[in-house]
Amino acid sequence: MSSTVISHGAAHHDADNHHHETFLTKYIFSQDHKMIAKQFLITGIVMAVFAMVLSILFRIQLAWPDKDFPILEVFLGKWAEGGRMKPEFFLSLVTIHGTMMVFFVLTAGLSGTFSNLLIPYQLGARDMASPLMNMISYWLFFTACVLMVSSFFVESGPASAGWTIYPPLSAVPTAIAGSGLGMTLWLISMTLFIASQVVGGVNYISTVLNLRTKGMDLWKMPLTIWAFFLTAIVGLLSFPVLVSAVVLLFFDRSVGTSFYLSDLVVQGQILPNEGGSPILFQHLFWFLGHPEVYIVVMPALGLTSEVISTNSRKPIFGYHAMVYSLVGISVLSFIVWGHHMFVTGMNPFLGGVFMITTLIIAVPSAVKAFNYIATLWRGNIRFTPAMMFAIGMVSFFVSGGLTGLYLGNAALDINLHDTYFVVAHFHLVMGSASIFGMLCGVYHWYPKMFGRMMDTKLGYLHFWLTFLGAYLVFFPMHFMGIDGVPRRYYSFTAFPFMEKWVSVNLLITWAAIIAGLAQVAFLWNFFSSIWKGKKAPQNPWGSNTLEWTTPVEHIHGNWPGEIPTVYRWPYDYSKPGHDTDFIPQNVPHSETMSSNLAHDFEGNEEAVRIQNEWNKANNREIIEE
Amino acid sequence: MENTGYSIEEELIQSRKAKKFNLWLGMIGMFMMFAALSSGFIVYTASGVDKGIKTILPSIFIWSTIVIVVSSITLHFAFQAAKAEKLARQKLLLIITIALGVTFFVLQNDAWGVLISREIYFINSNASQSFIYIFTGLHLAHIIAGLIVLVRCFIGAAKPLPFQDNQFRMNLAVIFWHFLDLLWIYIYVFLLLNQ
Repeated sequence: MSSTVISHGAAHHDADNHHHETFLTKYIFSQDHKMIAKQFLITGIVMAVFAMVLSILFRIQLAWPDKDFPILEVFLGKWAEGGRMKPEFFLSLVTIHGTMMVFFVLTAGLSGTFSNLLIPYQLGARDMASPLMNMISYWLFFTACVLMVSSFFVESGPASAGWTIYPPLSAVPTAIAGSGLGMTLWLISMTLFIASQVVGGVNYISTVLNLRTKGMDLWKMPLTIWAFFLTAIVGLLSFPVLVSAVVLLFFDRSVGTSFYLSDLVVQGQILPNEGGSPILFQHLFWFLGHPEVYIVVMPALGLTSEVISTNSRKPIFGYHAMVYSLVGISVLSFIVWGHHMFVTGMNPFLGGVFMITTLIIAVPSAVKAFNYIATLWRGNIRFTPAMMFAIGMVSFFVSGGLTGLYLGNAALDINLHDTYFVVAHFHLVMGSASIFGMLCGVYHWYPKMFGRMMDTKLGYLHFWLTFLGAYLVFFPMHFMGIDGVPRRYYSFTAFPFMEKWVSVNLLITWAAIIAGLAQVAFLWNFFSSIWKGKKAPQNPWGSNTLEWTTPVEHIHGNWPGEIPTVYRWPYDYSKPGHDTDFIPQNVPHSETMSSNLAHDFEGNEEAVRIQNEWNKANNREIIEE
Repeated sequence: MENTGYSIEEELIQSRKAKKFNLWLGMIGMFMMFAALSSGFIVYTASGVDKGIKTILPSIFIWSTIVIVVSSITLHFAFQAAKAEKLARQKLLLIITIALGVTFFVLQNDAWGVLISREIYFINSNASQSFIYIFTGLHLAHIIAGLIVLVRCFIGAAKPLPFQDNQFRMNLAVIFWHFLDLLWIYIYVFLLLNQ
């Protein structure tokens, strides 16, 4: 059997025959998946810092609602005249914070980075199915980011209808300040973003199905790839729905149609729109919006699966169950959107249906959580910073997931809807969990991306401050929500029943500021290590997947000559009988005779016969066919 | 350097397979847009007795349906001609297909004119009627993309491109144009069922 398979464009991509690249084609308009991954990551990090600063700003308002901060006026100008933030700007901050975090950081920054980096690497491909589409995907995303940030520089300010942009605030340009040009920019930015995701997603799916190396059947794929693959499918099926919603919104805003608008009086003027239904928008939005939650969290689940198994030095517990859980989550994600709309006057029977489908998602989610814990159980755990973030991810996934059981229940959701309980829930289960999954990926694959190691001590500092900070920020919000405190309110002192929570807001804001400062440790570590980090060995974590068989220095086409053939699954860690505690996927069974098991041969009788001959000659137990 | 795997030809085949697959996936994405609009239409129309198309769809739609189906057939024969390396025939059939595509475009516009003559406007308090414009308009936007693809095929045949490249380009165009044909039939049947 040939030990080599060359996929897409291999002959044009070997090390000695690489393209003559200019600065522009190598660093800017690169079509190399590794460079595009870095572009997605660094853009995602910049967006994350931007979105985090926005959150600190609105946290300052919430902690000190009656205090002036003259310095705010220096930076924010008319939006903080006299040192006090304006209510409309507060709404813009929460809107753009949510939009950037959900879409730019946790969708493009996470999925874009690691799908690009790992799909060709871990599958044994020279590059993506269409490198050009890959490049287009990044630049559409970049343009979307620039447009979204530019909305801070228009006179009427950025969009402020919430990240869910419900009409009428989003559909009537004169409704509030943020409904004007800022909203238009939001819509254009998001359209470009969706195009970016669809183009990228198509490429991911196609690469997974068409460009796997020899021996890499679907059941030998690492869980990372399964997660990216299913995420891309979910994205492909759900993002176009948001396009349709946005098209109708555009016509309502700009042409005067009435898809979403009806019976409105804005600033004393009766609007001509009649017969529209704002609920229609919610249906279309959440048909994307809920799968989006899984688009955000599934890549994080994939990355942590890999990191937890590698650093526990144990096979992932329940590999097949993990895959089926991802498939289950992907399918169910399309039939639960109504749980965001329990209070829209939905027929209680329909609400019941959505409640059941929602609660069923707890099953695959719990399977994953238990499998992580079972993988850790009695493992030879290495607490690398990546592993700490991976365990932190599981912690947030569990503690945030548990409150999903409350919110998925229609009877309870009617009370908790639009309160801080919801804010706490999704910031833990999808926000913090996904951010931790992403950071776990950054720490783990940094040597592969930049050829250098990150500083471990700064990594631990970053982890503990962020982990504790995130819990201190979001955990108290559950109690505020149970007390009925609504989200997105500008000033807690304006409502007597909310006043008692200002002291809690103070705690939350300080925790947010400290966790925010902790990111400086990360940023310093990340950027300084690119040049000053310790040089990385080829396989620093003793990992089994194919990316660690590539040279540390990046080359076009990934492998200098032949692409390795895959012989085994990626989780042969601490296999009894083998002399090292890991066996990479490209090591044939003929080189691991002392550790081979019956199921390694997948029913190949000849291989079993050879193994048994060897076992007999070496006084080992004969394996059953 | 030794590359003992696939030959360059095999790699090209694999790369083309992946590109074709990308097109299929893209079409799934496009279909999802229309599926979303269909469900939006159903939800909206069910919201009141005063909603719904409440008119008979213009009979021009029957003609435009015939035109686009015929265009699919002519494109199919153009593809057959490309496979048989009959470039002149391929170019002629491509021109006929492009002409039929443009005719389809014009007929859809005429259908809008009929709707307007019945005072069924895009800006309408019964958005079910606005949906007719949305469905047909978005489909026409895709038809424009399809026409660009066909013109590109014609340029490829006129140059002419090498046989394999010409055939591959035609193959993608045929798949996409047939998809647009089927998409229109889906939209038309959906609207007919709801008229």
